[in-house]
Amino acid sequence: MLKDITLGQYFPGKTIIHRLDPRTKIIMVVVYIVALFLAVKYASYGLMLAFLVSVMILSRISPKRLLSGMKPLIIIILLTGILNIFYTGGEHLLVHWRFIRIYREGLINAGYMILRIIMLISGTFLLTYTTSPIELTDGLERLLSPLKKLHVPVHELSMMMCIALRFIPTLIEETDKIIAAQKARGADFETGNIFRRAKALVPILVPMFISAFRRADELAVAMECRCYHGGEGRTRMKIMKMKLRDYVTFLIGALLLAGVIVLRHFGL
Amino acid sequence: MTPIIEVVDLKHVYSPGTPFEHKGLDGVSFRVERGQTVGIIGHTGSGKSTLIQHLNGLLKPTSGKVYLDGTYILKDKQTTRNARFRVGLVLQYPEYQLFEETVRADISFGPKNMGLSDAEVKKRVEAAAACVGLTEALMEKSPFDLSGGQKRRVAIAGVLAMEPEVLILDEPTAGLDPKGRADILENLKVYQRQKNATLMIVSHSMEEIASFADQLLVLQKGRVAMYDTPAEVFKKAAALQEMGLAVPQITQVFLRLKELGVDIDTDVYTTGYGLKTILAKKEGAGHA
Ligand SMILES: Nc1ncnc2c1ncn2[C@@H]1O[C@H](COP(=O)(O)OP(=O)(O)OP(=O)(O)O)[C@@H](O)[C@H]1O
Ligand SMILES: [Mg+2]
Repeated sequence: MLKDITLGQYFPGKTIIHRLDPRTKIIMVVVYIVALFLAVKYASYGLMLAFLVSVMILSRISPKRLLSGMKPLIIIILLTGILNIFYTGGEHLLVHWRFIRIYREGLINAGYMILRIIMLISGTFLLTYTTSPIELTDGLERLLSPLKKLHVPVHELSMMMCIALRFIPTLIEETDKIIAAQKARGADFETGNIFRRAKALVPILVPMFISAFRRADELAVAMECRCYHGGEGRTRMKIMKMKLRDYVTFLIGALLLAGVIVLRHFGL
Repeated sequence: MTPIIEVVDLKHVYSPGTPFEHKGLDGVSFRVERGQTVGIIGHTGSGKSTLIQHLNGLLKPTSGKVYLDGTYILKDKQTTRNARFRVGLVLQYPEYQLFEETVRADISFGPKNMGLSDAEVKKRVEAAAACVGLTEALMEKSPFDLSGGQKRRVAIAGVLAMEPEVLILDEPTAGLDPKGRADILENLKVYQRQKNATLMIVSHSMEEIASFADQLLVLQKGRVAMYDTPAEVFKKAAALQEMGLAVPQITQVFLRLKELGVDIDTDVYTTGYGLKTILAKKEGAGHA
C-alpha cells in the first residue's frame, strides 16, 4: 500500500533529539551535510558514521525504519553507484571488455558514493522523523526571517510548505481509498501494455485531483473564517527558545566539522 | 450446502512493525448463507470496514482465510478477480469513486471491466439506474454536478450494475435524509429478491438494521462479540450498551415499560411490531 511510504513522515517521541529546538536541528543537518561532503576517507567517514549512529540511538529510530524509508530511492542510489564505477579512471584496471573499463578506484569511489548518499538521506530523514512539520516550518521561517528585509515572502513560503507537508499523508490515504473503490469495480492496474496501464490510471487521477482541489478550497475558507491574513503582525503560541541542550549540540556540530576538516588535511 | 461466505480466523494488522501498529481484526470467524441479509454493527473503529474489505480480496489478511462459495478467494489472481465481480462492495462514502464525464459512463465502468458486450453493459446500466431511482435526465449529467444523495445513488448503481451475487455496503445511508435512506434500503431489497443475492450492510442505525437484517454480526475491537438473529442480539441490551451500542428506541420503550411493572414482552425491535404488541395488549386488557 501507498501508506507504507514513510518519506518525510514524523514519528512522535519524547527523546532529547525530539525535544531539541527545530532551528538547532536544521542547522545541524546543514553542518552534517557540509561535513559529509568534506569527508574523504575511512577515518572521516568513520567519524561521520559514529555521529549518525549516536543520533539514531538517542532518537530511538531503528536503522530498519530508516532503510525502509529509503526504498523508493533505491534505484537512484544504485544508478549513481553504477555510473561511478564506469566513469572513474585509475591505475588498477580490473575489467576491460570492449569500451567498458572498470578500475579498482572506480569500485571504491562508487562504494563511497553510495555510502555518502545513504548517510545524507539518513541525516535528513532523522530530521523529519523527529520534528513535526509545524515545528519544521516554524524553525525554517525563523531561520530565514532575515530575508524578509529583501522582500522575500518567507512567511508565505513556509506556510505553503507546512500545508503541503500536512496534506501528504491525507492525500495518500485518500488515494488508497480511491484505488480500493475502483478495484472493487474491477479496475485492473497490473496487466496490459503501457498505454492500457496509463489509461487505467484515469479513474484514480480524476477523483484525486477533484478531492485535492476540494480540500484546498475548504482549507482556504477555513483559514479566512479564522481571519488569516498572512504573516504581518502575527504572534505565536509557542515561542522558540534555545536551551542549554541546543548550545551543547552546536558545540558537538562544531567539533564534528573541525574533526572532519583536520582529517581531510591529513588525507584520511 | 456450502455457505456463500465463510470467514475463518481472520486477522489483520495495520502498519506492522511501526509505532502505529494496530490490530484491525483479531480472529474473526463466521458464515453467511445464500440469500441472507446480514447486518454488521459495532462501535466506531471496531473493524467493520476492515472486515468487509477482506470479503472481496481488497485487503490481504495477516492470517486467516475467506472462502467464497467454498473457494479460497486469494487462491490465484484469476480467482481474486472473479471474487471482485461476484462480491460487489460499496465502500464507506463511495462518492469519491466517481470519475467519468457522465453518470451513465460512470455506472458502466464496472460492467465494462467485466468484459461484457456493449448491449449487455447497456442493459445492466439501465437496470441498475432504475433500481436506485436515477432518472433518465440525470444519466447524461456530469457526476460532479449532482447532490450528495444523488452521487451516493450513482456510486451504488456502479456496483449494482456488475450484478454481484453478494452485495456488501458500508454505511450506504450515512448522511442521507430519511426518505433517501428508506428508498435506498427498499431498492436493495428489490435487487436481492430479483437476483436471490446475499446482502451485507454496515450501519450505525439500530432501527434500520433491526427492520432490515435477518442476522446480526456485532463487532467489538476487531472480534465477533455476537452473531445471531436481531431478536437474540437485542435481548442483550446491557451488553450492547457496554460496547457503545444500543438497542432500537422502540425496544428501549418496551424495556422501560417492563421496568415500570407493565407485564409485556420485550422482544420488540421494530415500530410496526411494537404497535401490534401494544394493540394486542390493549385488546387483552379490554376483554379482562
Ligand atoms: N488504513 C489504515 N491504516 C491504519 N489503521 C487503520 C486503517 N484503516 C483503519 N485503521 C484502524 O483500524 C481500526 C478499524 O477501522 P475500521 O475502519 O475497520 O473501523 P469501522 O468499524 O469501519 O469504523 P467506522 O464505524 O468509524 O467506519 C480503527 O482503529 C482504525 O483506526
Ligand atoms: Mg467504517
